[in-house]
Amino acid sequence: MLDHANHPAAPETFSGDRGLDHEEPLLFEIGRADVTGVDIAEPEPFASRLGALERKGPIGLPGLTEPEAVRHYIRLSRKNYSIDAGLYPLGSCTMKHNPRLGEKMARLDGFADIHPLQPQSTARGALALMEELSRFLLALTNMSAVALSPKAGAHGELCGLMTIEAALRARGEARTRRTVLIPQSAHGTNPASAALLGFEVRAIPAGEDGIVHADAVAAALDDSVAAIMLTNPNTCGLFERDVVEIARLVHEAGGYFYCDGANFNAIAGVARPGDMGVDAMHLNLHKTFSTPHGGGGPGAGPVVLSARLARFAPVPFLLREGGELRLVEHANETQSLGRLTAFHGQMGMFVRALSYLLSHGGDGVAQASRDAVLAANYLRARLRDVMTQPFGDRICMHEALFDDSFLKGTGVTTLDFAKAMIDEGYHPMTIYFPLVVHGAMLIEPTESESKSSLDRFVSTLRALAESAKRGETERFTQAPRHAPRRRPDETAAARKPVLRWRG
Amino acid sequence: MSGERYTKDHEYVRLEGQGDDEVAVVGVTDYAQAQLGDIVFIELPEPGARVDKGGQLATIESVKAASEVYSPISGEIISANDALDDEPGSVNEDPLGRGWLAKLRIVDATELEGLMDENAYRAFVESL
Repeated sequence: MLDHANHPAAPETFSGDRGLDHEEPLLFEIGRADVTGVDIAEPEPFASRLGALERKGPIGLPGLTEPEAVRHYIRLSRKNYSIDAGLYPLGSCTMKHNPRLGEKMARLDGFADIHPLQPQSTARGALALMEELSRFLLALTNMSAVALSPKAGAHGELCGLMTIEAALRARGEARTRRTVLIPQSAHGTNPASAALLGFEVRAIPAGEDGIVHADAVAAALDDSVAAIMLTNPNTCGLFERDVVEIARLVHEAGGYFYCDGANFNAIAGVARPGDMGVDAMHLNLHKTFSTPHGGGGPGAGPVVLSARLARFAPVPFLLREGGELRLVEHANETQSLGRLTAFHGQMGMFVRALSYLLSHGGDGVAQASRDAVLAANYLRARLRDVMTQPFGDRICMHEALFDDSFLKGTGVTTLDFAKAMIDEGYHPMTIYFPLVVHGAMLIEPTESESKSSLDRFVSTLRALAESAKRGETERFTQAPRHAPRRRPDETAAARKPVLRWRG
Repeated sequence: MSGERYTKDHEYVRLEGQGDDEVAVVGVTDYAQAQLGDIVFIELPEPGARVDKGGQLATIESVKAASEVYSPISGEIISANDALDDEPGSVNEDPLGRGWLAKLRIVDATELEGLMDENAYRAFVESL
């Protein structure tokens, strides 16, 4: 919600616009009834069969010429910030570059124009592509099977937990094992996914060093535990070093190990979750394999499964029989948990992800992971004397985590600091997450940034940190001053939301 | 016992009334509300529900984050502060007064002994 009282002061121009930064009204505010961008012939005489349902008044759509409609959306798009516009250091989100090659491949007629309901015999290329992608994903993770259909990371979590529940049902323990262990350093959607399936969530505290210790897991294990959900590397950007021992303990207690793969970009091609004892893990194609992220396109969160869980995978899945590929569509052929989505998943994302994998190769994927970790550690090392690290001066994985100790006594909060970054032309990092760190600032540069891009970012953050310490509070508390909008009143937005245009 | 007792998670509990009418008023401290920032929504427990010491009592949503409130004491929920549905900001303005979260009938008064008194809590907050 925008707070209309909080608009920037009227710019000193005759038009009301400032330079090429246009103040763009809503479509309904610029549309007129007497204008249209389309020319539709009057209908032939017809007898209405709508009766009382027939609309009497005008439909209320705004009339615009085609150039007006085009300009409206172009102007809005210019207010957007994306990875194509600049560094996007949103920790825990892996905002990496989307290679144009992937876009080109996804637009090939054979992939772009197929329909999920067309006969499988006419979509053999698509099935072969899905098999090829699956092969890559299984090789990178050292797992046994992959469910391609989940539409996003959190959907993948749900899929993984449903698979675990199906396995427990087959063991006759689905009613007794109702607890899911979730460390404080796990990804935020994990408890929500577990709760959605009716599991009790039991929190495992992280150690002083920001990681989960095997003895803390051991203390929480009993025969009510269905699974543990661990994010590795965790949301503090640290590798869970006890992961193998944790997996052993959980398995010994009869539970399964769900690993949140959101941070796979730190280890892809370098370490394999299957070797860590993982039973199920989702892979965010948009994070790790460069398919568009967020509003840029539909997500895709395939779930890889261990041999213990593979037969419970949801339908549809690919099966190769006598050299022929087919999609198994019905659960009654198998022990499958059933159907999770209408169709097989996000084909366009599969094409982009495979394009990324083929163009990088195994060595290229490993190089990308190493570069992502190197970039994060470069930022950490260049900023550690002006910002503060919550878990000491330690090597991190793909993201560098700072707390707000360096702002103590300055009157500047983490939120103010982030807002000031907008004035400097950067999308802020993730703030106040992970929750276990006070005033957290989580920076994930990814491998996409060059050294000169990182250097420029570092010098901006250093200058801001030093400015805060010099007591230049207004730079922060008044920020953003150079954005199209100043700060919305977040409290009023949450307490008294205005959800309709014109009341 | 008079006054509030405090947890390390910044909840307080205060006994009110006598004998059978004795209730434990539970809420979050001034330090907690300041850390949370402007509170916009509070999910309160249902009267009649039982809660264990350390179990989840309520969820407080602020402009920063959603945070769990853990019960400082075991008991049965007698009532929840429904006025907070309309005025969640009361917790920011008057956490120990109008901003109370729930009233409980306690099961084991000895649980109070493990909690901090005002001086100990003040020292604890200063150490953070």
